[in-house]
Amino acid sequence: MATPSSIVAGARRKLGAGPPRYSAAGLVRKGLSGDSWPRVWRDVELKSSYDVVIIGGGVHGLATAYYLATNHGITDVAVLDKAYLGSGGSGRNTAIVRSNYLTPEGVAFYDRSLTLYNTMATDLNLNVMFSERGHMTLAHTDGALRTMNWRAEVNKLQGIDSSVIDPTEVGKLAPSLDVSGDSRYPILGALYHPPGGTIRHDAVVWGYARGADHRGVEMHQKTEVLDILCEGGSGPDGKGPGGRVTGVRTSRGDISAPIVVNCTAGWASLISDMAGVKLPIHTRPLQAAVTEPVKVFLPTVVVSGSLHVYVSQTDRGELVFGASVDPFNNYNVGGSLEFTEELAGHVLELMPGISKMRLLRQWAGLCDMTPDYSPVMGDTDVDGFYVDVGWGTYGFKAGPVSGEAMAEAIATRAMPKIIAPFHISRFATGELVGEKGAAAVGH
Amino acid sequence: MLLVPTPFGPRNASDLRYVGEATSRPDPSTTSPEAWRDYLYLEHNPAGWLRETWYDRVNRVYFQVERNTATNEFRNPTMPVAKHGKKA
Ligand SMILES: Cc1cc2nc3c(=O)[nH]c(=O)nc-3n(C[C@H](O)[C@H](O)[C@H](O)COP(=O)(O)OP(=O)(O)OC[C@H]3O[C@@H](n4cnc5c(N)ncnc54)[C@H](O)[C@@H]3O)c2cc1C
Repeated sequence: MATPSSIVAGARRKLGAGPPRYSAAGLVRKGLSGDSWPRVWRDVELKSSYDVVIIGGGVHGLATAYYLATNHGITDVAVLDKAYLGSGGSGRNTAIVRSNYLTPEGVAFYDRSLTLYNTMATDLNLNVMFSERGHMTLAHTDGALRTMNWRAEVNKLQGIDSSVIDPTEVGKLAPSLDVSGDSRYPILGALYHPPGGTIRHDAVVWGYARGADHRGVEMHQKTEVLDILCEGGSGPDGKGPGGRVTGVRTSRGDISAPIVVNCTAGWASLISDMAGVKLPIHTRPLQAAVTEPVKVFLPTVVVSGSLHVYVSQTDRGELVFGASVDPFNNYNVGGSLEFTEELAGHVLELMPGISKMRLLRQWAGLCDMTPDYSPVMGDTDVDGFYVDVGWGTYGFKAGPVSGEAMAEAIATRAMPKIIAPFHISRFATGELVGEKGAAAVGH
Repeated sequence: MLLVPTPFGPRNASDLRYVGEATSRPDPSTTSPEAWRDYLYLEHNPAGWLRETWYDRVNRVYFQVERNTATNEFRNPTMPVAKHGKKA
């Protein structure tokens, strides 16, 4: 597939010159002069070999490339995407970040990501619009309240700001919620996590792409990986355990590379299959919807496990809703009426006051679900073939730490401690990292 | 809405419970740890034709059907099976 000339024709910026720094003064200057902004990343010819090929131009692939270049000086890297950067889950998610998970492994991991998100706007010189507005998970049953208390204790032990609050406090934080206790699913309390919030997902994708490009990484859009080239493995064509990866076959020709990284989320099984690696993953769509904008009235992120719904309000005033993944495997992102009906019913149960609001849009993205709601990260039985997958419905918040740790794993050829629990070998030893209690509602 | 051809006629997917990829359960007393892990956790997850098990909540039976997970076409529904794929 050829890249359309309109894309190739963009101004070619010299490497090393770097993107102009964004600033308020720059904005005013450009606004007054009417000059167009230079392209954010270069558009270069695809080479026939790289040190590292990363498949998937979402936040995970781009962050891995960025940290390979920034932290380890590995710059002969290509990020390939069959569509455009951010076309997968990274451009479709509901942008929620938090670190109040259930297992010590999960908490340490997601907390590191939040730390990186906290300084990202400065590090990448791009406003990622981090809104640290607080995150509230409602409990409607005694069982749920018990899990919240458990999570709060695990969180506190690791220094995370997280506690269980009662319905009165819930009502103070979000007055639009029905805390009367008269509803079918009365609110009994909530797990409150002040450092949680939302971040503009597109800005994260573009920021990592811009930073990686500046350091020499190449991004190739509309470049689909059709096969992974292997040798020495026990399966057909030298694929499978015991072999090693030699490159990829793409819609624009073969590329040789000793290291290939699978960062394709919903498509992860298809890519791993090309190397003869079977994954504990199935693909499900997760749907989301957004309303027309109204005045800001909802100051925090609100999640309800029992009602399978979560909601936050954007700076523009739209309510963004998400739910749980669809009930069967699917590579379709068409969405369904059942989702909208169920969502509307459940949201009104929580916030009876918004019954007259209109939905503007509904959409879906593919999620790579694992049995324990934790990711699958690191090397595999095929030498040089790495996976950073199993992101389910929670991979946006994990982008920075995943990129940082995967880059270290590739550069040092050893698994960093922070992601060691997520290695694929846990499914052979039975040491699963069960996060369902903190991640079943997709966000 | 997704109309699933069940042994009792077409039903909306929301009337059914999805069990997942059709697998056959190895005999726990003779199987290897690798084969058991394979059965428990690993999946093919193709974007295309897949044989899968569904549960009909009304008639309380498991059945299998092939579905294309990229287009949602169906073919070859079976009569009821036991949960783990053996003939009921
Ligand atoms: C509706 C929705 C809401 C969500 N909400 C949240 C949330 O609030 N918080 C949170 O933390 N997470 C959330 N998630 C999950 C999160 O979006 C994903 O886990 C995350 O974006 C995964 O990022 P990624 O970079 O791994 O993959 P993706 O962004 O999905 O990127 C994968 C890329 O691989 C490319 N690709 C696939 N096949 C090929 C091929 N053969 N060749 C080349 N390229 C290929 C695709 O084009 C795609 O761009 C949500 C997801 C959805 C769908």
